[in-house]
Amino acid sequence: MRPLFIVGASVSVLACMPALAQKSAADGIAEYRKMLEDGNPADLYEAKGEALWKQRRGPKNASLEACDLGKGPGVVKGAFVELPRYFPDTGQVQDLEARLVSCMATLQGLNATEIVNTPFGRGEQNNVTALATYVAAASRGMRFNLPQSHAQEQRMYEIGKRVFYFRGGPYDFSCASCHGEDGKRIRLQDLPNLSKNPGDGVGFAAWPAYRVSNGQMWGMQLRLNDCYRQQRFPYPGFGSEATIAVSVYMGVNAKGAESIAPSIKR
Amino acid sequence: MADPMRIRAQAAGDKATVRVLMSHEMETGQRKDSAGKTIPAWFIQEVSAQHNGKPVLDAQWGPAVSKNPFLLFVVKGAKAGDKITVTWVDNKGDKRTDEATVS
Repeated sequence: MRPLFIVGASVSVLACMPALAQKSAADGIAEYRKMLEDGNPADLYEAKGEALWKQRRGPKNASLEACDLGKGPGVVKGAFVELPRYFPDTGQVQDLEARLVSCMATLQGLNATEIVNTPFGRGEQNNVTALATYVAAASRGMRFNLPQSHAQEQRMYEIGKRVFYFRGGPYDFSCASCHGEDGKRIRLQDLPNLSKNPGDGVGFAAWPAYRVSNGQMWGMQLRLNDCYRQQRFPYPGFGSEATIAVSVYMGVNAKGAESIAPSIKR
Repeated sequence: MADPMRIRAQAAGDKATVRVLMSHEMETGQRKDSAGKTIPAWFIQEVSAQHNGKPVLDAQWGPAVSKNPFLLFVVKGAKAGDKITVTWVDNKGDKRTDEATVS
């Protein structure tokens, strides 16, 4: 009798535990995010970015109001959901942050190389993140629609796809190891499947975001940098071709997804 | 100078809900930097709110309050068009005052 009883008890525990754990973890995090959304500190960075956008700065004492983010000089609304894209003046496909640095260099006379080499969270990099937050916020609720008409944009998509599936580093990881299938997670964090459209407000459509755990505002460049750190790859350069190519890949895949950036993350 | 606060005040019935987001580092004085040196404490110590110039809230805060604090409170008798003023003072004597109109 006794062994049978134990077997019976353990089976019932196994049967109900996974369903319970899955539901409560995802729901619990969703509830937590909902509570935090009421006072998302990303609003503070948005306000800072807006002030920086209009403020005359740099050796040329100019504002960024003439900056062309792809929809004409000074047009901010809707620009975020069409980036990265090809810019004829620089002859490159650029993402939001790389484009902002270009504008800061050409309009304000700031040193682009210096900004690119500044570590995240210091000096002008903080300003780039705040500006990116402001620009992203102007497109909140709009749907992603990256242009793919230029040959360079199509080329970057193909490169991005290769980078996404490229395995390397001491763990032999690729982006696809964690983000290539549905239903994966790291600890309690659900991972979006970025090889297809992950849906509204997930993945590419959620960054820049405020990270509650470290109290920092992160743009997509820092998000990708940290993904590579977790894969134990060498750090990619800020605004490097590889990071922009992956962004094009994720952005094109997310066509039609609603942007909720700047969002809040645990 | 400190960055501005974000204040939203919404009237419902005979009261208004005020949501305040403050921009502050809120260092506890317990953390160390990469060189091993203690980062000095730096936090908001006093928070006060006024409704059309009349004090409605007075709070004393300490280092246990999070970075970029969020404060929500309800003001009885506040209606659309009223002014809500919020002020904080930190332990370095730095202060910031912002005003919002109840909508």
